[in-house]
Amino acid sequence: MHFGFLTIYWRDMIRFVRFRTLLVSSLVQPALWMAFFGIAMSASFNRLTPDVPPVPGVPTIGYLTFMAAGVIAMTTLFTSLFGGMVLLFDKNWGLLREVMASPLPRDHVIFGIALSGMTKSFIQATIIMVFGILLGAEFFRGYSVGEVTVSVLGILLFVGIFSLGFLFLSAAIAISLESPEGMQGIMTLLTMPIFFASNALYPVNAFPPVLQAVSVGNPLTHLVNGIRYFAIGDHYQAIGVLYITSPAELLFSFSVLVVFALAMFGLAWWRFQRAVVT
Amino acid sequence: MAKEIINVSGLVHRYGDFEAVRGIGFSVEEGEVFSFLGPNGAGKSTAINVLTTLLRIQEGSARVAGFDVATEPARVRESIGIVFQEVTLDRDMTCWEILEFHGCLYRMPRGERRERIDELLAVVELDAKRDTLTKHLSGGMKRRLEIARGLMTRPKVLFLDEPTIGLDPQTRRRMWDYIKAVNEAGTTIFLTTHYMDEADQLSDRISIIDHGQIIATGRGWDLKNRLAEDVIYLETSDNVRSKEIIGAMDEVTEVKEKTNGFVALVNQDGTHLLPRIMDEIRAHGIRIETVNLKKPSMDDVFVHFTGRELREERAERPSAAIARAGRR
Repeated sequence: MHFGFLTIYWRDMIRFVRFRTLLVSSLVQPALWMAFFGIAMSASFNRLTPDVPPVPGVPTIGYLTFMAAGVIAMTTLFTSLFGGMVLLFDKNWGLLREVMASPLPRDHVIFGIALSGMTKSFIQATIIMVFGILLGAEFFRGYSVGEVTVSVLGILLFVGIFSLGFLFLSAAIAISLESPEGMQGIMTLLTMPIFFASNALYPVNAFPPVLQAVSVGNPLTHLVNGIRYFAIGDHYQAIGVLYITSPAELLFSFSVLVVFALAMFGLAWWRFQRAVVT
Repeated sequence: MAKEIINVSGLVHRYGDFEAVRGIGFSVEEGEVFSFLGPNGAGKSTAINVLTTLLRIQEGSARVAGFDVATEPARVRESIGIVFQEVTLDRDMTCWEILEFHGCLYRMPRGERRERIDELLAVVELDAKRDTLTKHLSGGMKRRLEIARGLMTRPKVLFLDEPTIGLDPQTRRRMWDYIKAVNEAGTTIFLTTHYMDEADQLSDRISIIDHGQIIATGRGWDLKNRLAEDVIYLETSDNVRSKEIIGAMDEVTEVKEKTNGFVALVNQDGTHLLPRIMDEIRAHGIRIETVNLKKPSMDDVFVHFTGRELREERAERPSAAIARAGRR
């Protein structure tokens, strides 16, 4: 077993810790989403939803709890999509040449960068969970310590697989492009539909059929499903919509994320084999 | 005859329609310093990128440290060190971390790695900067750190692509001393440069490369002798007669008057001819007061072989461009 990817991981984490502005902003940004968007929107939604009669016997959760899971997912998406950007800078500044001229297999570069991106997503997800609970999100309500532990691990498992998929995609794009501006453009183009054609901030039930179909194929929807299952429960109602998630559905969501990650790894591997860095 | 450590034949490399390297072949012996001398755009970096396996070889063959770059690139990589033309140090890593990272990339065992880092930081006199971020280093220190990095894995061949570009003259001389010391310790060095003096000072052998082809290869003095344009300066007790005497010699192509003496341009190696010239003059009872022999510089060599000066390159002179712009 060759642990060369740990070298790449180590270096990227050094950078993460050393770029103070990057570190602080990446930690503060999701908290700001919770604080501003979360509180503002939950005030609006909570005013509207009392008109919908609740289904008896099913726990009702507030909008803040509902969207906190979405914010974890959204933050993971953004962090992961931009996680490969470092390769583009390394390439443009000549730093990648040292790595490409070394005997290190190229898939280890992909793994190393993906692993450090995943670590960052874990840190962010944890911060949002803690901050969300402080703000009043009802995560893990009534759970025992053991259940909380299992749930947190479940959330991190979903976050981890999802982030790997988008980090592989990001690395594939970064190694294929020349300019950071071009990459920025592609990222913006990708994030919009992925983010809004999902169940991160609102239910998809009211979507037109086409958009609903898109949301079913959207990895972000499946990440949010997983997070809500572990953080809130397998049945609850929010914003007047009843959510019931069976273990089979949970497994399906997880499978979609795994397939997506594998496909994106294939894409990145192909791009890296062809990459010429001089 | 020493062992060949690099052997290249019929190497061609194209970027689209443009042929950057047009069929070069040469070999480097173990333990020598070998230079590619040529202007920017001559194909030096392309050749070095193929030899270091950063570019896939297109045509021809190349063996480095006993391995074929086409079929055993991983083995080639393990056997070489590279110092790139531009600075390729992460600004936010310390000197120690740069070397540690490099050692890990090449899978050096931890103990050996740590030992080698200490050793190399001492060699390039950066022990005091061990925990300094590279962005706080001077240009010369960065270059030294890169050389240390190139040596981390005890490579058989160290590739140096324009190692002193952008450094001040004093720092350049120190860099040369380091490079010489590294070579004396047993590492073969392959160097590219567009500085005449650098090639001249450092190399055992030089290949002059232009437009993707090798024009001449040899030892520095050998290349200069091939020019056969040595200049001999003489002051004698009777300059007028001396001029007549040596002007009649077949080897002397031209005699020019100077204030206190005269110069003779000779068409062969002056080191061999000078004693004969001196004997000839003395035989006529003339006393020689001053003598000087000037070998051509590498600049002269380059002009001779390529038919143009190194610095001119292909662009028009700036003054011409400015004049043209002014007319608009």
